[in-house]
Amino acid sequence: MSNATSPSPEAAAPVPASRAPLLSVNGLRKHFPLKGGLFGRTTGVVRAVDGVSFDVAEGETLGIVGESGCGKSTTARLLVDLITPDDGQILLESRRLGVDLDVRELRRHVQMVFQDSYASLNPRLTMEDAIAFGPRVNGMPAAKATALAHELLAKVGLEPRRFAGRYPHELSGGQRQRVNIARALAFSPKIVILDEAVSALDKSVEAQVLNLLADLKKELGLTYIFISHDLNVVRYISDRVMVMYLGEVAEIGPVETLYANPTHPYTRALLAAMPSMDPDRRTEEAPLTGDPPNPINPPSGCRFHPRCAKAEGVCSAGSPGLFKLPSDRHLVACHAAIPGSGHSLAEMPA
Amino acid sequence: MTMPLVEMKDVTVRFHGARTVHAVNGVNLTLMPGETLSILGESGSGKSVTLKTLLRLLPENRTEIGGEVRVAGADVLSLDGRALANHRGGVVSMIFQDPMLALDPVYTIGDQIAEAVMRHEGVSRQAGLARALDMLTRVRIPSPERRMKAYPHEMSGGMRQRAMIALALACRPKLLLADEPTTALDATVQIQILLLLRELQREFGMAMIFVTHDIGVAVEVSDRIAVMYAGEFVETGTVRQIIREPRHPYTKGLLAANLHGAVKGERLDAIPGAPPALETKPTACSFAPRCPVRLDGCESARPPVAHFDPGRMVRCIHAVEPAMA
Ligand SMILES: Nc1ncnc2c1ncn2[C@@H]1O[C@H](COP(=O)(O)OP(=O)(O)OP(=O)(O)O)[C@@H](O)[C@H]1O
Ligand SMILES: Nc1ncnc2c1ncn2[C@@H]1O[C@H](COP(=O)(O)OP(=O)(O)OP(=O)(O)O)[C@@H](O)[C@H]1O
Ligand code: SF4
Ligand code: SF4
Ligand SMILES: [Mg+2]
Ligand SMILES: [Mg+2]
Repeated sequence: MSNATSPSPEAAAPVPASRAPLLSVNGLRKHFPLKGGLFGRTTGVVRAVDGVSFDVAEGETLGIVGESGCGKSTTARLLVDLITPDDGQILLESRRLGVDLDVRELRRHVQMVFQDSYASLNPRLTMEDAIAFGPRVNGMPAAKATALAHELLAKVGLEPRRFAGRYPHELSGGQRQRVNIARALAFSPKIVILDEAVSALDKSVEAQVLNLLADLKKELGLTYIFISHDLNVVRYISDRVMVMYLGEVAEIGPVETLYANPTHPYTRALLAAMPSMDPDRRTEEAPLTGDPPNPINPPSGCRFHPRCAKAEGVCSAGSPGLFKLPSDRHLVACHAAIPGSGHSLAEMPA
Repeated sequence: MTMPLVEMKDVTVRFHGARTVHAVNGVNLTLMPGETLSILGESGSGKSVTLKTLLRLLPENRTEIGGEVRVAGADVLSLDGRALANHRGGVVSMIFQDPMLALDPVYTIGDQIAEAVMRHEGVSRQAGLARALDMLTRVRIPSPERRMKAYPHEMSGGMRQRAMIALALACRPKLLLADEPTTALDATVQIQILLLLRELQREFGMAMIFVTHDIGVAVEVSDRIAVMYAGEFVETGTVRQIIREPRHPYTKGLLAANLHGAVKGERLDAIPGAPPALETKPTACSFAPRCPVRLDGCESARPPVAHFDPGRMVRCIHAVEPAMA
């Protein structure tokens, strides 16, 4: 398949392959020590993010999906340096974090919006103060910061005269999430990471916020990383989608390619697990049995092998690694798709 | 002729306290034995309160319940003592989003199920344990003999959900109330639990009321759907009718907002505004402030209720006169 489906109408022209990506992540790794026992000793590690690499082009939306605990939020928190990676590199416009890019600058350019709109707002700050807070801490004069807050409130569809003086408990969930978005925008970021940012909203309100995100993206030329478990929403909003399983990338590719031609058996199962929406074609068989295993002692080789119907000896013996398929920007980590891997479904090497 | 299993007539639920909440405002419902209904609606629309009314789980001193509720011939609102205890768990049982609301953390799964069966059916402990093992097998918990001795915290999320279902169905209730039991589960586990419920519902011939805010989930598990908004059913019908010919503007908006088949890059047909606060008794159409096809009369009087086939109802002024946007 060509890349014809990749850019959404509001995105600029397709990014030329030669241009460096806006954000680039290489071999990102984060293991959390697991404390236990009488003396709180480390009894193991949670391999939350285990060698994750991907690029994000300017102006695109990268969706991240995968089941609970697969490392989506940990990846997001690593990207804004809320936690420090054990290994790996983060590059923004080819400048490497910790080398020629400092944390302050990274955080200004990469902002994050979380799921829980209530917990992310200070109950004692009015909306205008909540939005103005960041810029003021960064040295903006108070009056200017307040004016900016009003401008941003208007931008996210909350009339400043009515909403500037309100406290979080005086807003609905959808309104609070708009304020959180305004707060992220106060830094004029290049990238906004939305971690389940619309998941807690009612369906009818979620659609309003998705429209808002599309408008803001167009107007401000933003780049989004959109984390969600809702595959319908991810399909609608994303240009490319990354599927994670147990701390690793299973598959990444243009949204329509991935939805129409999922290559990794886990991606296929995830899509097949979506409720049907057609009363005459209800799901008859669950695509997978069992729960996802926990990332403390992940299975050897391909981490999906204990649940995979196509697993063979080669799958538990070695980790497949991300392989670039011939179609544009489509990568998959599955032995069955890698020529010469030794999997019976794989092509022979050319 | 078969008698309905559940009949709710003009049921209202009002909470008193720091502020009054008109949570349920005139719900009518008839459910036949073995039938499954999904109640679909947004947060705060009164779905859980409707279920809790059927089990009399609401705080007695602050709750004012009006109307009539009959389940399997019993007048639920006047049950007490042993009859109420038998109603809960014997005739009607409930499963939740959080299985820890139903499971006791200090007893093993096997003991909890056995105890419930002994209490409701007066059987021996041995018979209770045998039923427990049978139920754990039916909900397809791997190595059920071993899991009999497991505590809830020793199980994964999906397994706890199965254990809760085993407990709820152990006494063969006629009606299972399911309050978003799969909302917190991973997608690949959710579909397993939905299929399991569908299968057990058929096998035991029980009726089910399934509360969800996810239309896809409602399609997977139920025969009929009731769409709830601000404490009222605004539309009821078969799953096909609701999905293919929705007639209430709110149902239409909800289907559009589900993004199934939404076109990339095109604006979504979002319903503006947010649901009402329910502090006063509705005197107009509760959806009027957000409705794209509102007429002048909608904000001053209660909309008429149009009944089509039995079970097909629409609460909207346009439903009576066919011209609709
Ligand atoms: N601070 C921490 N200490 C220990 N373990 C952690 C910490 N943060 C995350 N984890 C673990 O790392 C794994 C990945 O967690 P993460 O929050 O990234 O998952 P997720 O994909 O965002 O899941 P969800 O969909 O539930 O939000 C999980 O097993 C989680 O329990
Ligand atoms: N015990 C109670 N006391 C006072 N108000 C209550 C009580 N239980 C529920 N309510 C209120 O009644 C209304 C309906 O609540 P209900 O729990 O039925 O909503 P729901 O449709 O189940 O929503 P959700 O999808 O969020 O679970 C809400 O406004 C809620 O705050
Ligand atoms: S590598 Fe093997 S086990 Fe893993 S997804 Fe591919 S076929 Fe399945
Ligand atoms: S009664 Fe009026 S306001 Fe209510 S849904 Fe129908 S058209 Fe809209
Ligand atoms: Mg997360
Ligand atoms: Mg509820």
